Amino acid sequence: MDFIQQFINGLSLGSIYALIALGYTMVYGIAKMLNFAHGDVIMVGAYVLSLAAVKAGLSPVMSIIFPVVICMLSCTVLGVTIEKIAYRPLRNASPLAVLITAIGVSYFLQSVALLIFGSNQRKVESVIPEFSLSLGEIHLSGEAITTLGVTVLIMICLALFINFTRVGKAMRAVSEDKGAAQLMGVNVNTTISLTFAIGSFLAAIASILFVSSYGFVGPYSGAMPGIKAFVAAVLGGIGSIPGAMLGGIILGIIESMSKAYISTELADAIVFSVLIIVLLVKPTGILGRKRITKV
Amino acid sequence: MLKVNDLNVYYGMIHAIKGISFNVEEGEIVSLIGANGAGKTTTLHAVSGLIKAASGNSEFMGRNINNMTADKIVRLGLGHVPEGRRVFQELTVDENLDMGAYAVKDKAVIKREYERVMELFPRLKERRKQLAGTLSGGEQQMLAIGRALMSHPKMLLLDEPSMGLAPIIVMDIFDIIQTCNKEGMTILLVEQNAKMALSISDRAYVLETGNIVMEGKASDLLNDDKVKKAYLGG
Repeated sequence: MDFIQQFINGLSLGSIYALIALGYTMVYGIAKMLNFAHGDVIMVGAYVLSLAAVKAGLSPVMSIIFPVVICMLSCTVLGVTIEKIAYRPLRNASPLAVLITAIGVSYFLQSVALLIFGSNQRKVESVIPEFSLSLGEIHLSGEAITTLGVTVLIMICLALFINFTRVGKAMRAVSEDKGAAQLMGVNVNTTISLTFAIGSFLAAIASILFVSSYGFVGPYSGAMPGIKAFVAAVLGGIGSIPGAMLGGIILGIIESMSKAYISTELADAIVFSVLIIVLLVKPTGILGRKRITKV
Repeated sequence: MLKVNDLNVYYGMIHAIKGISFNVEEGEIVSLIGANGAGKTTTLHAVSGLIKAASGNSEFMGRNINNMTADKIVRLGLGHVPEGRRVFQELTVDENLDMGAYAVKDKAVIKREYERVMELFPRLKERRKQLAGTLSGGEQQMLAIGRALMSHPKMLLLDEPSMGLAPIIVMDIFDIIQTCNKEGMTILLVEQNAKMALSISDRAYVLETGNIVMEGKASDLLNDDKVKKAYLGG
């Protein structure tokens, strides 16, 4: 029974990693860059959530919806703005320059948070109503149920969007061949902005679910989930959307199981050894494929 | 219909296109022939906005397209079938065609063009749900042309449509190019297979290391000794 309980905890944690990993993988797939500031968008989202929750003296339903919507909006706008200001001018620069800029943006966001809120952790009220479900010995918290439900819903929507809408097809086309996509009339800049918007929106959702379970936010809160989600994206195959979903879930389960059966202290080390093993054994990840280019 | 004046393109320090001028009138098939590296593809890329020209003036249907991005130029009705086909390998044939009509809003028009493409390329019909990456080279070329036709362009730039294809498929493709032309589409054709290109063209330009060295009626060029020697295998 304990095993199943740990498995569900892992699924719930993994769902959050998966949501964040989707942002990494989509941006990588389309803009061919690693946005290392992605994790910090989660941190900003959590601060926004805490501010919006405190200021609202609204009805019970509105007191959930208001901070959630504000958090989603701020993260989306932040993601698009970061792309426009920091990454777009470097569209034709070397990948190393873009990578260093991304790390710079990450430190910038952390420093701004440190400047405004100080280094102490700030309490965040959970926006998920308190409830729980018990099936025999298995206990499901409201946070876990909400996390799983929301993630499944989001992933279905995203899969439908990418596979069946025109804009989704355009995103896949840009990911494969920017020039050819332009010749179809696709505006590449708009598509990249949209990708950042979707990635950051998903980060906002991950942020809400994450702090609702964790309860606190500090300037460096986004770094760890961000880097673990990056590992998840690489594990699943960076650039692959199903890969990010799968990688996130697997990583969450590995972490949860390691904490329960091996050692809490070693859990992070085990998670990161997964990255090393993947890079050694199958650098393209579980679902990643090498693109065959014919000339 | 297309007027290019004093076009200059640089790749870093390399002066790839050295002030060429040419024009294509409505209803014509015009070829741009020349050896590998003469600058044929670069010229097309500069016209359709995929690369930026250093200087020069391009006009399409009376509109200045110098500083327009590729996605805007295609919306004016200038289609481009790029070298090496560049179909979206991980999209199905249908999805590729749908991308071709990305700039078109009217569903009825899309349906009409789709049926037209299926009529021109019956082979694609059998492979509608297949990923483009699994098609043969000839089928990919058909898809690349079909995809460009989906937006119902007034003029089509075709870059090396015969490249890497069996002679019999090249014949098919050239038949289709002529069919499209008879229906009123203006065509600018870039080819290494000069004989094939000249045989269907009205006029042609010969490009050599970034300069136009010769121009004239395709039938005259076919019989020109210099052209024969350099491009038609004697």
